[in-house]
This record gives sequence, C-alpha cells and structure tokens, in this order.
Amino acid sequence: MKRRFFIAILATAVQLIIASILILQPVRARSEEAKSSPTEVRVDNFTFAPQTLTVPVNSTVTWINKDDVPHVIASNEGLFKSKALDTDDKYSYTFTTAGTYAYYCSVHPRMVGKIVVQ
Amino acid sequence: MPKNDLFDPTPGGLIEHDHNRDGVNRRGFLKCMAWAGTGALCVIEGGVLKSYALGSQKGSHAKSHKTASFSFVQISDSHMGFNKPANPDVIATLKAAVDKINALPEQPDFILHTGDISHLSKPSEFDNVDQILKATNKEIFFVPGEHDVLNDDGAMFRERYGRNSAGQGWYSFDKNGVHFIGLVNVMNLKAGGLGALGQEQLAWLEDDVRHLKSSAPIVVFAHIPLWTVYPQWGWGTEDSAQALSYLKRFGSVTVLNGHIHQTMQKVEGNITFHTALSTAFPQPAPGAPEGPGPMKVPADQLRSVLGIADVNYVRGRHALALIDSSLA
Repeated sequence: MKRRFFIAILATAVQLIIASILILQPVRARSEEAKSSPTEVRVDNFTFAPQTLTVPVNSTVTWINKDDVPHVIASNEGLFKSKALDTDDKYSYTFTTAGTYAYYCSVHPRMVGKIVVQ
Repeated sequence: MPKNDLFDPTPGGLIEHDHNRDGVNRRGFLKCMAWAGTGALCVIEGGVLKSYALGSQKGSHAKSHKTASFSFVQISDSHMGFNKPANPDVIATLKAAVDKINALPEQPDFILHTGDISHLSKPSEFDNVDQILKATNKEIFFVPGEHDVLNDDGAMFRERYGRNSAGQGWYSFDKNGVHFIGLVNVMNLKAGGLGALGQEQLAWLEDDVRHLKSSAPIVVFAHIPLWTVYPQWGWGTEDSAQALSYLKRFGSVTVLNGHIHQTMQKVEGNITFHTALSTAFPQPAPGAPEGPGPMKVPADQLRSVLGIADVNYVRGRHALALIDSSLA
C-alpha cells in the first residue's frame, strides 16, 4: 500500500515536470525571438554596438550611452540628431521608411553606425 | 617602468646629437616626452630642444637664470561637471591647478585655456570654472573644446568667452611682440572625420598672419591637436596641414593643444607642438587596448597625472620654454 502510494506521487511529480517544461517552452522561444530582433544600440567605449542594426519598418531604435563621456547621435543626412547624451541617457528615433540610415557621433566623428530598415 | 631607461635626469640625458640638423635627437626627444608628464622641463633654445628633470640642478638653473620677457600658463580640459570614478571631484583638482599657478615663482602675465572647460556645456559648469579661475587674478583666453559646444553650436560659449572673436570663435592678439592665435577645430565635424578648422577659418588665418614679419614669434592654441596624434581615436585635425602651411615662413611657431589629457611634444621644422595635461582626468596612451575614455588611476596618484603648462618667452632668443608640472 505504502509502495503504491509512493509510485503515485512519483508519477504525479514526473507529470508536473513534463507539464512545466511544456508550459515554459513557448516562453523561452519568445525571449529568443526578442533577442534576434533588438532595437537598441549600445554606445560603449566610443563604439556603436551593433555597428549595423537591421530592423523592420516602423521600428523605434533606442541608443543608450554607457560611456563616461557624452555622445550625440546624428544622422549623416541631418534627418535626426539627439541632444548630448550623458551616461545612461537614451535617445529614440522611429524609422517609418525602408532604407539605410548612416549616423555618427557629432562629438567624436570617428564613431559611425548604420540602421538598415527593411 | 624604469624611468632611467627612457630619460636620465642628468646632463647625460640632454640631447647631444643632432643627426637631422633639426635640433632634435629622436631618442632624446622621446626621453623628453616620457618625462614631461611627471615634471620635466623641455626648453627650446635657438631651435634646440633640451630636457631636464624638474628640480634637478640643470632644471632649476634653466628656470632661475631666465630673463623672461614674460610668461603665461596653459591649462586645459577642466571638464567641470564630470563626476565619474576617474575623478569624482574636478572642482578640487581645478582649485589645485589655481594654487599651482598662484605659487609660480615668476607670475604669468595671463592664462590660455585650451578647451573642454565644461563637461556638458551647462551654464552652471561654466559658472563654476569662472568662479574658481577668478582666484588667479589673471586675464584668461579660451578656445572651445567639443564638450563646450554640445547643444548650440557654441552660441553660449561665444557669448561668454568669444565676444571679440570672428566666425565661430577664432581670434588673435599680440602680447609683448608675440602673436597669439586661438583657433576652433571642434565644430561642424564630418562623419568618419577628425577635428576640422574649415575653409572660412583657414581664409581668416591666412589673412591674419599676412602682414606679420617672419621674425614674429607665433603661438597657436586650439583644443584638438593640430598634428595627427592618433587618427583612430580622432586625435588630429583634418585640415591642419593647410593652416600650418601659412606659418612655415615664421622662425618660431609654438602650437599648444589639449584634448588628449596627456603631454606630448613634437618638433617639425620651425614648429613645436605640445599638448597639455588635463586638470580633470587622464586618458590612456594612443592605441591602448582599453580605448580613449577617462582613465581611472589609484586615488593617491590622480594629481600626478593632472597638471598645468608654464610657458616662458625670452625676447631676442626666439625661445619658448615649456614646463609641464603635475598637481601632485
């Protein structure tokens, strides 16, 4: 009797583990999906990461400055320009038209990056 | 790093050879550079660069026997408003620079500030610097750094410091027979490029020096180096060669810059280039793997990598003597 009761508990536990794996599966899949299409550019150690970011049309791209010095995000064509971003400051711009948008830091012009909108 | 391998602060460490006939022995020049940040005296006399350790007999001799017509001090890169680990108290270090200036045995006639007065171009940051520098009781000439013109193309900077300037803030003036030229190379920078002077300023410069005698000593000061220190980090000025071509006929040209937060010196023909220490924080040597950002050093060593430059002009000798001294 005791033995049968123990097996029943074990079976329930196994079912619960399987169920939880099945439930968590889609959650994990979703977070992987989010990782594959980020819309954030980190400004770190005088570089843009990623240097080229590809996003769908109507994406809002956010730059975040992780450096100890200010940076300014400026489109090469004058389409957009942020104020000076101090450490941890963010700047966002929404790209509504497909195309390639080159930008740079107008304070440190050797820093260049690209947003590809498709 | 054993310093004596690079620079021997004895008469034996002086430049004795001149293979290029330009007054500079390459090895001796490097020695001088290596020591500049820790208090070396680099004297240019009759085109010959000599280096002494500060406090050495030669050094004090060179300083004390000087019959300087006048002297001035260069300070740079105060970055008022910066509060990160590389220096949480830039007010204290700027005040230390003022104390250093006020303690100089031969008081300078005036001060040049080669830019990055503020960190974020905020009025309160400029106000703080003005308040602290008032204690020098000296006339101060400024050129902007990129941190001083962040959000308004330099309008506030010119309102405060460039009322008599032309264009975007450049100007010149004469002191004791020396022609001083303040240039602006931190605006309208192009993607992928370096510092830039621009056609309008170049035309102004050509015109500004046109009527000067070739014997007139020239001092040019600007924020970003007017020679290519390290283009990968933007440490240079795209069109500086054109500017310098207008100065080739002059016997003595001294170019003073900031921006790179470390001392460097180079002699090219009649032109001596020099960069000053910051009063706020040091930056790594060109190409260092950690990149160009503010460099954190142990707190008790910070003041040894910050400082001022004292510049002496000796009339009739075409000699400008540059002394870098740390705040330690």
